[in-house]
Amino acid sequence: MAEVRLPGALTTLFPGTPRRLALPGATVGDVLAALDREAPGMRDRLVVAGPAIREHIRVFVDGEPAGLDSPVAAGSTVDVVLAVSGG
Amino acid sequence: MPRVLLMVGTKKGVFLLDTDEARRDWRVRGPFCEGFEIRDAVYDPSDGSIYAAATSPWFGPAVFRSPDLGETWTHSSDGLTYGDGGPELTRVWSVMPAHGSVYAGVEPAGLFRSDDAGATWRHVAGLREHPSTPTWMAGNGGLILHTIVPHPDDPNRMWVGASAVGVFETTDGGATWAARNRGVRQDYNPGPPLEVGSCVHKLALAAGTDRTLYQQNHCGVYRSDDGGASWQEITGSLSSEFGFVVGVHPRDPQTAWVLPLTTPEHGRYTPDAKPAVWRTRDGGASWERLSRGLPQQNAWLSVLRQAMGVDSLERPGVYFGAQSGQLFASADEGDTWREIASSLPAIASVDAAVLAD
Repeated sequence: MAEVRLPGALTTLFPGTPRRLALPGATVGDVLAALDREAPGMRDRLVVAGPAIREHIRVFVDGEPAGLDSPVAAGSTVDVVLAVSGG
Repeated sequence: MPRVLLMVGTKKGVFLLDTDEARRDWRVRGPFCEGFEIRDAVYDPSDGSIYAAATSPWFGPAVFRSPDLGETWTHSSDGLTYGDGGPELTRVWSVMPAHGSVYAGVEPAGLFRSDDAGATWRHVAGLREHPSTPTWMAGNGGLILHTIVPHPDDPNRMWVGASAVGVFETTDGGATWAARNRGVRQDYNPGPPLEVGSCVHKLALAAGTDRTLYQQNHCGVYRSDDGGASWQEITGSLSSEFGFVVGVHPRDPQTAWVLPLTTPEHGRYTPDAKPAVWRTRDGGASWERLSRGLPQQNAWLSVLRQAMGVDSLERPGVYFGAQSGQLFASADEGDTWREIASSLPAIASVDAAVLAD
C-alpha cells in the first residue's frame, strides 16, 4: 500500500473523501485506478485520454516527479499537487 | 407569485440571482462550482435542475448539476471523452436539457448525451462522422460546439452550431447530420460560400414554430423559415453585422433581440462605446435600438454568445452580461434597462427561468 496525499481543491469536489488514503498499486496509474474506486470520477479529474496526467496536475512519488507508468513501492508516498496556473 | 431565476456563468463559477415578478430587487448567490470556468448554465424546467458546462484549469471539463437551485451540486465527466485514441476533450461549452436527456457541446466540436441527468455521458458520434469533419477549422474562440437547439416536439430532431463550421441538423436522433448553411455569407472566404465553414455565433428557435430560426453569424444576422435549409439575411439597419447573442421571445415568433459589436478587427466591443440591444418585432424586417438605462459613455462592453437570456413572464424580461462583469436587466422587453450586478467575474452566459412559487 502507498500513502496518497490529495489537494483540498480536489477532495472538495468529492465530499467525504479524505486528503490522505492508503491505496494499492504497482504504478501511479494503478494507484489512480484504486483512487477512482474510492471516489468514482476522481481519475477523470487527474488523467486525460491517452492516457496521461493532466497538463496542470503534478504527481510525485517519494518526492520525485512521476508519470502514470512510474513505479510505486509498498510504503511509498504519492503526492498529487496542483501546478501553479490559472488567472 | 412566480419568481425569476438567472443563472450566470462566469470565469469563476456560477452565480444565481433571483427576484420576484417585478424584477427590481435581486438577491445574488454564489459562486458555485468554484474554481471552474463556466461557459453555459441553464435551467431544466422538466425537473428544476440547473446544469453548468464547466472547465477547470487543473481538473478539466465536467458538467455540474444542482437538483435544488444551487443548494447542492454534483459533477461528472464520465464518458465525456473521445477515447484514448481521439483528441483530448478540452472544454464543455454548452449544455441543453431536452426530452428527458441532457446534451453537452464540447471543444473540439462534438456532441455528447446523457440519459441519467448528467451522471454518465456518451458521444453522439454521428456528428463527427460527417464527411466535412476533416475540413473543420477553429475560430477565434476555438473549434467549439456552442449551441444546441432541440426540436420542440420531436426528440430525434435537433440543430447544433459550431463556430467557423456552421449549423447542422439531425432528423434521426443524431445518427446522421446535414449542413444547414445555405444563404449565409462567408466574407472571410475568398471563394464561393462552402457548405461547411460558416461562422455561426448563436442560433435560436422562434417560439411556437419548428422551422423558424434566428442566427447571429460572424457575417450578419439571418432568419430561416425552413428549418435551416435556407437563410435570409436580416442584418438591415443594425449598427454592426457582428455580434454574438440572439434572444427570442417566449411566445411571439416575430420578436428577437441581438446586441451588435464592432467587427473583430475593431475589437468586438459595443459600437461607439454606447451599448444597445436591438429588437425586431417583425421577424427581422426592421430593428429598433434600445439603450434607455444602459451606459452611453465610455462603455466598451463585450458580450459573448451565451450571455443573453429571456424570461417567460407576460412582459418578458431580457438580460445580458458583459465580459467586464456587469449584468443588465430589462423587465419590459428591452425598452428600459438597469444594471443589477456591477462586478461579477467575466460573464460568459446568462439564462433566465420563471419558477412557480
